[in-house]
Amino acid sequence: MKKSHIIVLVVIAAAIAIIVSTAGDASTYVDFGQAMAMSTSGNDREIHVVGELKKDAQGHIIGLEEGSDRVSFSFLMIDDKGREQKVYYNQPMPADFTRSEKVVVIGSYVENDFRASKILLKCPSKYQDEKKLNV
Amino acid sequence: MHYLVGNLGHIFVITSFITSLVTAFSYYKATTSVEPDKKLFWLQNGRAGFMLHAAAVVGISICLFTIIFNHYYEYHYAYNYTDRKLPIYYLISTFWNGQEGSFLLWLFWQAILGLILIRTNKFWEGPVMTTFSIVQAFLASMVLGVVIPGLNLKLGSSPFILLRDAMPEAPIFAANPEYVPKDGQGLNELLQNYWMVIHPPTLFLGYASTLVPFAFCMAGLWLRKYRDWVRPALPWALFSGAILGLGILMGGYWAYETLSFGGYWNWDPVENSVFVPWLVLIGAIHTMITYRNSETALKAAMFLVIGTFILVLYATFLTRSGILGDASVHSFTDLGLSGQLLIYLLFFLVAGVALIVWRWKEIPFTEKEASVYSREFWIFIGAIVLCLMSFQILLPTSIPVWNKLLSLVGIDANIAPPADQVKFYSKVQLWFAVAVGLLSGIGQFFWWRNVDLGKLKKELIPPTLITLGLFAIIITIGQVYKVPYMVLTLAGVFTLVSNATILVGLLKNSPSLSGGAVAHIGVGLMLIGMMFSSGYSRVVSLNNTGMLISKQFSKEFNRDNLFLFVNETRTMWGYDIEYFGERLEPRHHGGYIRKSDVNETDDRDKVVAKFNISVNGQAYKAKDTIEIKGENTFYEIQLRKGDRAFTLYPRAQINPEMGGLLPSPDIYRTVSADLFTTVSSAMKPAGEDEWSDLQEMRIKQGEQFFANDYVCVLESVDRVYEVEGIDLTPDDVAVKAHFRVQGEHGDYFAEPIFVIKNRLVGRIPDEIRDLGLRMVLMNIHPETNDFTIATRTRQKDWVVIKAVEMPYINVVWIGTLVLMIGFGIAMTRRIREFNKMKEKGLE
Repeated sequence: MKKSHIIVLVVIAAAIAIIVSTAGDASTYVDFGQAMAMSTSGNDREIHVVGELKKDAQGHIIGLEEGSDRVSFSFLMIDDKGREQKVYYNQPMPADFTRSEKVVVIGSYVENDFRASKILLKCPSKYQDEKKLNV
Repeated sequence: MHYLVGNLGHIFVITSFITSLVTAFSYYKATTSVEPDKKLFWLQNGRAGFMLHAAAVVGISICLFTIIFNHYYEYHYAYNYTDRKLPIYYLISTFWNGQEGSFLLWLFWQAILGLILIRTNKFWEGPVMTTFSIVQAFLASMVLGVVIPGLNLKLGSSPFILLRDAMPEAPIFAANPEYVPKDGQGLNELLQNYWMVIHPPTLFLGYASTLVPFAFCMAGLWLRKYRDWVRPALPWALFSGAILGLGILMGGYWAYETLSFGGYWNWDPVENSVFVPWLVLIGAIHTMITYRNSETALKAAMFLVIGTFILVLYATFLTRSGILGDASVHSFTDLGLSGQLLIYLLFFLVAGVALIVWRWKEIPFTEKEASVYSREFWIFIGAIVLCLMSFQILLPTSIPVWNKLLSLVGIDANIAPPADQVKFYSKVQLWFAVAVGLLSGIGQFFWWRNVDLGKLKKELIPPTLITLGLFAIIITIGQVYKVPYMVLTLAGVFTLVSNATILVGLLKNSPSLSGGAVAHIGVGLMLIGMMFSSGYSRVVSLNNTGMLISKQFSKEFNRDNLFLFVNETRTMWGYDIEYFGERLEPRHHGGYIRKSDVNETDDRDKVVAKFNISVNGQAYKAKDTIEIKGENTFYEIQLRKGDRAFTLYPRAQINPEMGGLLPSPDIYRTVSADLFTTVSSAMKPAGEDEWSDLQEMRIKQGEQFFANDYVCVLESVDRVYEVEGIDLTPDDVAVKAHFRVQGEHGDYFAEPIFVIKNRLVGRIPDEIRDLGLRMVLMNIHPETNDFTIATRTRQKDWVVIKAVEMPYINVVWIGTLVLMIGFGIAMTRRIREFNKMKEKGLE
């Protein structure tokens, strides 16, 4: 066997290993119902849930609660299936949190609480902030 | 309304787009024409076209700067990213804050690079500039902002769009189309940092410069000059590697200095998407060098050079199309350009691959395989490792793309990126880093082709022994006992030592060839530094009081955080540590203002001095208004050891909506470690219920008394004729008491006021925040010449901090610097080589 063939084989093997390990470590986007089901069946892997903050009829966000240490907080989130869930986050509220149109929480259930280890925001962002104009 | 500058800018944008197309066509004709007359004609045409294009790009930039500097808030760009409070250097940086502006920056750099190429390289001008101009056309189309009639298709997003066109729903414009906002929305506070001024231009110069080797490679394939493109492309590839690498590292340093996650790299998709092309570019540089030395690896060099540019386009697509929206903490919103970006990416992907496939059979190829004992073999393996490394990052980073692709064929995949990115990438990349370390050490020993085994062994012995010795010392001193970290340290030390050995040899005879050795020393240092600073960072702000900060906090929080009362010394990290109180940041000069020295106003950004104070040499009289950055609060913390003292000012932004706290660190740098300090909890403005009840006492002027354990003295009581917020008539009386309170580190002052207006008594208390002390002048007794005063006290000011030691992080930065120097030396050498050939008339 030529050296180049060996190299090609090793590279292919490494690439496959990378693909397999990525697939193994990849998380999934689920709703709160699925996340709960995973948790009760003993699967404590962290998953992604996409949803929105709970708002009242006037569009004000409700259910935000500051933690006693000021560096944690909890909020009410409604996932794409419409299920409401209280989410705990052990870090300060991210900037622009209340302006986000969509939030992604990464974490898992601890009994009936959803504990987020990371929060991603999809903001209308400064680019497209078209509704509000400081007059 | 200033319509002219916007219209002018728009005309320049259209001009730059059209001229780039004309230039591309001219240079194409110049390359394909056979007759010298025609060739010259088209060449001159192309040159003129590109000059015009460059002038138009400069014109666009001047127009946009004019709008920004003159605060023309009728324009969306100025309104959205700037305000009147921004100093000039941040105004400059808002230019590239928006997507349109960053495209412009890219366009600008490429125009400059194009001009340099036209000047320096006559032979390759035609084909190289054809590619260049096509790329410029694509980029210019991104800022075009033109709707194609009939198709209802919008091309690009213009930076010169008026606010009323950007926000047609805003009711104010229905009422008054000529409405111009008085002030803009300002620059995001996290971006108000000197890195915002230099990081994006560096990164975009890096992006822009990857085009040059790509254009040379395409030209080589096009003209069937398969061997010749490498020489002129190599110095540019090195330049690109240095600048792009510098840009990435600046981003890391920026994150380290301002964000609270305590590191320089977070494996966020946006960071990854820039890192991947850089890794491939480094692979490309290595294969190009291999080819220059031994005529092997030409096809690999072509693939990697083209791959680098395609990956830069892919990174642009990922970060700007909005596809990463659910996967990255950096939120980007689709500007409606995703289709255009995709076409841009696919055009060059198809063009590059098609050209290489078309010419495949003709590309020279050596049948003979490189020997295992040759330098080329090991460099080639190194390039493969770099590619696998980038593949391992690219694959998960692209998960949102896989989801999109799968949904196109009807599969709802719902794959999400790994939940703990840092852990996921680190555990694999560590071993790649080990491989890179070992290979960049070994590769250097095959300086001459086909060294024989015996000689190699003899040469390898001394550096191996030194490596082992040094390794033993480092792991003993650093207490590195985890196996993966030990292996990484060994690889780093091996690179360091073997390249240092080579360097010593080179410095005697041919220092100009030392670029590679120097760069690899930098890599070795970086590996060691990263291992220590990330693997062995530890929390030092341990709660050593034996008391919980609060029962409500978690166990970890109580253990890892230090509770500091104002002016009370604690110990931490072998230092005495003391908190001095809250500080405010003047907007227009340096230094910090003691919060107790000023009164707040209704405007968050303005405070009024209580008495004469001096801030960093700037004197303010009592009642002077001081402009501050109201969103920031700093916490002055002093570290002392022996006669050394150092003051830290970690920052917190208080979220007014719900009082949340957004911390930003301050870093105490010592030679062996950084102390990374963040505020983890701070006081709320105290509520009324936290104050004690009034404690009244009757005292005379000059008499001392105690309040909240501090010695206080009533210095004087004066009649005043003006009290803010109260209309005093000649019948009314107002007096002000002057208290001096002896703090641990100097005096504090309080000046409560007593008013009799329309025979009604009013009292205006004064507060010394730091000490938790409020003074009230209750009554005046002229008959006995004394005064009734009252004090209210609360808990003294406090802050909770977390401090993390980052050992040997300086080694990372030094390594970075050394790496850049290595790039510089290598580049100089290749430029000289190129110039020599040019003098011979061969380029």
